[in-house]
Amino acid sequence: MTVAEAPVPPAPPRGAAAGAFLKLFARNRLAAAGGILLAVVVLIAIAAPILPLQDPYAQDTSQKFLRPFAEGHLLGTDHLGRDILSRLIWGTQLSLVVGLVASVGAAFFGSVIGIVSGFYGGRVDNLLMRGIDMLMAFPYILLALAIVAALGPGLVNALIAVALVNIPFFARNIRGVTVTLAHKEFVDAARLAGMSNLRIMVSEILPNVLPVIVIAMSTTVGWMILETAGLSFLGLGSQPPVADLGSMLGEGRNALITDPHASIIPGLMIFVIVMSVNLLGDGVRDALDPRLRSGALTRPMARTIVDRDHVPEPPAEPGLLDVQELRTEFRIGSRTLKAVNDVTLTVKPGECLGLIGESGSGKSVTALSIMGLVASPPGVIAAGAVRYSGDEIVGARFSQLRDLRGDRISYIFQDPLSTLHPLYSIGDQIVEAIRSHHDVARAEARQRALELLEAVRIPNAKNRLDDYPHELSGGMRQRVGIAMALVNDPDLIIADEPTTALDVTVQAQILSLLDDLRRERSVAILFITHDFGIIAQLCDRVAVMYAGRIVETGRTPDVLSDPAHPYTRRLIACVPELGEGQRELHAIPGLPPAVDDLPPGCAFATRCDKARDVCRQGEITLDPFTGDRAVRCLFPETETGRVA
Amino acid sequence: MTGYILKRLLSAIPVILGITVIVFIIMSLIPGDPATAILGSYATPENVEKLNRDLGLDRSSIEQYFIWLGNMLQGDFGRSYSLNRPVLDEVLERFGATLILAGTALVLCSLLGVAAGVVSAARQYGLADKAITFVVLIGISIPSFFLGMMMILVFAVTLRWLPVSGMYAIYGGGDLPDLIRHLIMPATALAVVATGVIARLSRSAMLEVLRQDFIRTARAKGVTENRVIWAHALKAAMVSIIPVIGVQAGFVLSGAVYIETVFQWPGVGRMLVTAILTRDILLVQGGVVVVAACYVLFNLAVDVAQSVLDPRVKT
Repeated sequence: MTVAEAPVPPAPPRGAAAGAFLKLFARNRLAAAGGILLAVVVLIAIAAPILPLQDPYAQDTSQKFLRPFAEGHLLGTDHLGRDILSRLIWGTQLSLVVGLVASVGAAFFGSVIGIVSGFYGGRVDNLLMRGIDMLMAFPYILLALAIVAALGPGLVNALIAVALVNIPFFARNIRGVTVTLAHKEFVDAARLAGMSNLRIMVSEILPNVLPVIVIAMSTTVGWMILETAGLSFLGLGSQPPVADLGSMLGEGRNALITDPHASIIPGLMIFVIVMSVNLLGDGVRDALDPRLRSGALTRPMARTIVDRDHVPEPPAEPGLLDVQELRTEFRIGSRTLKAVNDVTLTVKPGECLGLIGESGSGKSVTALSIMGLVASPPGVIAAGAVRYSGDEIVGARFSQLRDLRGDRISYIFQDPLSTLHPLYSIGDQIVEAIRSHHDVARAEARQRALELLEAVRIPNAKNRLDDYPHELSGGMRQRVGIAMALVNDPDLIIADEPTTALDVTVQAQILSLLDDLRRERSVAILFITHDFGIIAQLCDRVAVMYAGRIVETGRTPDVLSDPAHPYTRRLIACVPELGEGQRELHAIPGLPPAVDDLPPGCAFATRCDKARDVCRQGEITLDPFTGDRAVRCLFPETETGRVA
Repeated sequence: MTGYILKRLLSAIPVILGITVIVFIIMSLIPGDPATAILGSYATPENVEKLNRDLGLDRSSIEQYFIWLGNMLQGDFGRSYSLNRPVLDEVLERFGATLILAGTALVLCSLLGVAAGVVSAARQYGLADKAITFVVLIGISIPSFFLGMMMILVFAVTLRWLPVSGMYAIYGGGDLPDLIRHLIMPATALAVVATGVIARLSRSAMLEVLRQDFIRTARAKGVTENRVIWAHALKAAMVSIIPVIGVQAGFVLSGAVYIETVFQWPGVGRMLVTAILTRDILLVQGGVVVVAACYVLFNLAVDVAQSVLDPRVKT
């Protein structure tokens, strides 16, 4: 969520996709190595007839089991005195051909079944797919063995068996793609044009599923080479004197202990082929997987990476929480997004501070930076400090940070369906929050969990303890989230848009619950929201964020009645008021700027109707005026502002 | 839960019937006269005629199928001509040995594969991740039968640590330590490929889960990082790992055919290969039906395990 809130870079133009694919593929050195290795093996196998090789069938029992590097036999000889090098290359050729033919056969018949099944749908689909399911119910080799048993051992029969066994894989995949195509406009158009079903399948569907067929083949061909080699190894495939790699290995096995080279050489060859195909296949898959391409498939670490030059001096009068000159960046490739830029905040004990801004203003990232919960990579805390009761925690040891998390400072997150663990009961999740910090017995912790569920007014709480999150309504889930945040009597709760995912009536209940709880328990709250209505109801003070910076702070009634920054004024104008149905709601025209490309001067200048040339140059500072208010604007809206 | 298990058991019946139909169809592919194929080309005409009558081959295909099915339901899978004993007795005896081998391998590859995947994901791009990724790549590329042979060369022939082959020592064996000594190499060789596949999948499943909001919640609660990884993340990842273990069970069972041949393990796989080479068709047929039916039941157990883990699965 935090990453998604940062402005998304524009998608590259479509033509660049193929280029990006090749680039990523080339960058994957392992895949390239696999490709080269495979190409070498294939070239040698193709060149077998023109290479100066000895006759692979020429026996000479006086020369049997010569070791590798023997004179005249580079890789030695086998049990009948035949040249292993020659047999290896011819055997490789045979194995590759058989594997490829089996793959093509499986792809052809599997695709026919898949396309017919997906195109016609209904009963045809049902019948064919039930049949495919039956075939898939077998461990694959049993089916292959049954087929070989019926047809008799032999290379062609082994090939047929391996191809048949792999038909379901292709049929399933191709059917899936065809089903989505069968209802596309161009297929309907072809129908209306009076094309026959067969022609539609061949000329409209087939070209579109062809890439899928090719990819499926590339992932299975190595497998099929291995399988046919395996059947030959068992003596069920190629029959003497013809040998593929599998039967060479099988024959070599009889003299494994006395003459291991006759087994090792063909075995290594199979290994090399399968590994190069695997490497190549992995490279293709990675290059095609868009998630991997954007680098999104990285896991966040236990805390946000810290990379700062200096630690700011502690403030003269420390509050409960002091955020000082905080800068949090997202470093994605060569780009740096400054999601939070030089933010300073103070929360006093028992106080409720509201942090308000649009999506992408950096308010959630600020909230998550406090306890090092910004997903990292790509998040980095690049400057500033966070102090809890005067103690610096950005640079603290992890164990110290973990002791604070959930105990002194706890979080309530936005969407309780995705933020609660789906496979633990809510009781267990609350109990865990207690027992992570306090050495209490399970039963005692459970009793405490129950009391809290009652405190957040969950009806029939006793019976709810063993419920799973998906069994509760959205409002109930958020009450669980609140209970979990309160369970260790924290000094500060950071509530990151806790009501945004809820509907309006539930929202009101949750807000009044939070307000009651904070007064009863005198806990401080940092409340993140985009709704001034909520600020007005709940918060003592408010800080307004725009494009990663704070643009205005002050006591809530002052800011509401007399906003100083043009942006604050516009935000307040967005809030509908009851009984004022006639009033026009003012959406703010334009979008917030991308935080990796901030213009000089005021970030709001492009959307501000009062902006002048001086607004677009130099650094504009957050200047204090009357009382404890401050504003980052050269031409504040209020009379009292900017006593320059 | 009991209702769910019963429902799944009922749904397995048509699948097992389908398996018998497919085996029946495949066996009808046998070229020429099946009785001759079964008895070999030197069979006397009287024997051929008797077998034709016994198998009901003078009747229509559909009648033949139901006679065959009826016989199987009564436990009569026919007699193996090469071993001269009832097919079912032989299959069950051999299947026990296969279950020991494949079961051990399955436990090995599940434990090692999941552990490797979790460590790999938790230390993404670290040294452990790179090492595991490399070993996994080798593991999934090496043919199990070749690996088995190399293990024999190294650990049995050269180092003399473990017995070359078989399930028990011929003299003085037969106890559990003896079985374990014989089991180590074949079970390891059999587990390697599946371990690699499970490790790969576990890694990506873990990476997917670790990005979820509920992991951030666990960290915000102050849960120890070990618990975040091995309890919160792994539990959620198991939802997608368990089906893969189910699929890998099929591959382990298949790989057992090779491994039993390499290590001369007296299991059902080696029995099938020998039966094919000696054209003992009834033994092949019986072995395939019994093993495939057991595999269906195993997959059913996997589904049940999944529903126990994930309360969101409708039971």
